[in-house]
Amino acid sequence: MFESLSQRLSKVFDKLTGRGALSEADVVEALREVRVALLEADVALSVVKDFVARVKDRAVGQDVIRSVTPGQMVVKIVHDELINILGTEGVELNLNAVPPAIILMVGLQGSGKTTTSGKLAVRLKAQKKKVLLASLDVYRPAAQQQLEILARQADVGSLPIIMGEMPVAITKRALEMGRKEGYDVVVLDTAGRLHIDQELMAEVAQVRDVAKPVETLLVVDAMTGQDAVTLAHEFNEKVGVTGIVLTRVDGDARGGAALSMRAVTGRPIKFLGQGEKLDALEVFHPDRLAGRILGMGDVVSLVEKA
Amino acid sequence: AKSSSRLTQGIGDLFTKRKLDDEALEDLQDLLITADLGVAAAGRITARLAKSRFGEDIGPDEVKAALAEEITAILEPVAKPLEPDFSRRPHVVLVVGVNGSGKTTTIGKMAKSFADQGRAVMLAAGDTFRAAAVEQLKVWGDRTGCPVIARDTGADSAALAFDALKEAQAQGADLLFIDTAGRLQNKADLMEELAKVVRVIKKVDETAPHDVLLVLDATVGQNAHSQVEVFKDMVAVSGLVLTKLDGTARGGVLVALAEKFSLPVHAIGIGEKAEDLRAFQAGSFARSLVGLD
Ligand SMILES: Nc1nc2c(ncn2[C@@H]2O[C@H](COP(=O)(O)OP(=O)(O)OP(=O)(O)O)[C@@H](O)[C@H]2O)c(=O)[nH]1
Ligand SMILES: Nc1nc2c(ncn2[C@@H]2O[C@H](COP(=O)(O)OP(=O)(O)OP(=O)(O)O)[C@@H](O)[C@H]2O)c(=O)[nH]1
Ligand SMILES: [Mg+2]
Ligand SMILES: [Mg+2]
Repeated sequence: MFESLSQRLSKVFDKLTGRGALSEADVVEALREVRVALLEADVALSVVKDFVARVKDRAVGQDVIRSVTPGQMVVKIVHDELINILGTEGVELNLNAVPPAIILMVGLQGSGKTTTSGKLAVRLKAQKKKVLLASLDVYRPAAQQQLEILARQADVGSLPIIMGEMPVAITKRALEMGRKEGYDVVVLDTAGRLHIDQELMAEVAQVRDVAKPVETLLVVDAMTGQDAVTLAHEFNEKVGVTGIVLTRVDGDARGGAALSMRAVTGRPIKFLGQGEKLDALEVFHPDRLAGRILGMGDVVSLVEKA
Repeated sequence: AKSSSRLTQGIGDLFTKRKLDDEALEDLQDLLITADLGVAAAGRITARLAKSRFGEDIGPDEVKAALAEEITAILEPVAKPLEPDFSRRPHVVLVVGVNGSGKTTTIGKMAKSFADQGRAVMLAAGDTFRAAAVEQLKVWGDRTGCPVIARDTGADSAALAFDALKEAQAQGADLLFIDTAGRLQNKADLMEELAKVVRVIKKVDETAPHDVLLVLDATVGQNAHSQVEVFKDMVAVSGLVLTKLDGTARGGVLVALAEKFSLPVHAIGIGEKAEDLRAFQAGSFARSLVGLD
């Protein structure tokens, strides 16, 4: 998804690497193009500004001026700073709780919560966990049926649907069934909601207080634009996010939202959704993603030479 | 309204008794970028503003009004409501887009609006892929009192569309909405499948589909360009609907899309309920984009 950004940056740096010495003006020019490339990749403006400033601070230092191939050093600095934002390691799900461990899925409408719930069930089942899926989405037409079907496909437990029951009551019933029937993990799929919808944000906060989840995963579309910072900040503030799932990474969006959300929440990106099917979930590797942004092979070989 | 408070604040902060100089213009461009206009479109619009107002002392409201005017001029030509020709019996509307953009909900909203006007509307559950997609459209059918033609999940969606159109003709429906499964535009096989739906519809009525609506989520950033490009190529998109404008995303990419593709924007979605659909109005969209209303 980051190919275009990577192409863009490598074009910029090709120009730089062709030179023997690197002036401050060169850095500034390169960073202007980095800025545009990041913005076109939908990284939020505030994040771009911080990023560019940090890279500039480091790039216009002594190291760069003394190095034989200064352009390569800039590449390395940009790469390092990307890793810095994205985090250094893949972070697995935290299931450290007296069973059942509760995972709460939250996010905007249509971001991929229900599908990701099904995908997590498949993944956890493969790790020999006994998983229960419960839908708290009493608003979207046929939402509860959707999750029930996915539970059947994943061959995991599904909380029986009681029409007319409200989210907090459903939560309590899910916890009880989870305990009584010896489930290891209960995944609570919630209705999509806007972060400015006070009533629904209060509802999900109430669910959280009842469920005491070990993981609250914010599910976000990789195609998200500048709003990523606002929504991530608000969900984190109002519900308390422990991790981020980026969906539709199988698309051709450049996915700058990943950088934005990581930067504003400080929460790790845990998984990438790579398709509609239940096996299309990948663990997130920050260095792999940063490498993809810049073209990893090039970065490694360039920096080795430097 | 509330969706543009951040931009409003920004312009307010920036332009209290201030000269419209290079730096001010750059800040203004940044503010448009945060509304998802994209670097290029934001640059063009601020450059146009500079042409007429550079160096002037200009207050925040004046700046906003001038910006809104520039943006309105771009959007005005594309603001066109959906106008079905009911004499076609039925007028066929195919609804397409990436996953989760709001296709099914938009069909429900449009069905309600036309049914309320006394039109005989039918719905075709062409998403035969996603879990409970058929059930979801059936709920919308119940809500709006419109019959839904459906097959089981896993059925061929082109065959379903064929049947639905035959049925709508037989019943003399005024309007047929065909729902489709969400698909990402870079999935060649899924896009080909959509093209096949169109080919099969044409076997029943070679003038159909009469409208192909691409539903875009306002939360999406610059990827909307690629969505429009590819869907337009594959299934001759005839108009756009922008959903989820009730959030804080402002959908500014629409401005760049209007410049580039000139496709009509038929409606906007401002909520999840049947009545949460509005005609797209260039002026009010532009004004709320810059934080005037
Ligand atoms: N291509 C692709 N599609 C996805 C992915 N994840 C989810 N989807 C699709 O996105 C659409 C919406 O997914 P849902 O899981 O229903 O989203 P949701 O967040 O539960 O939606 P609401 O409950 O309405 O808020 C469906 O068509 C899914 O098949 C992904 O990683 N890649
Ligand atoms: N807030 C808000 N939510 C909306 C709007 N339009 C649709 N939604 C919600 O977005 C989610 C996805 O809507 P759908 O109509 O199922 O989207 P779709 O494009 O049919 O999705 P797939 O068929 O899975 O590709 C649902 O939760 C809808 O209620 C809108 O204008 N505003
Ligand atoms: Mg859902
Ligand atoms: Mg749908």
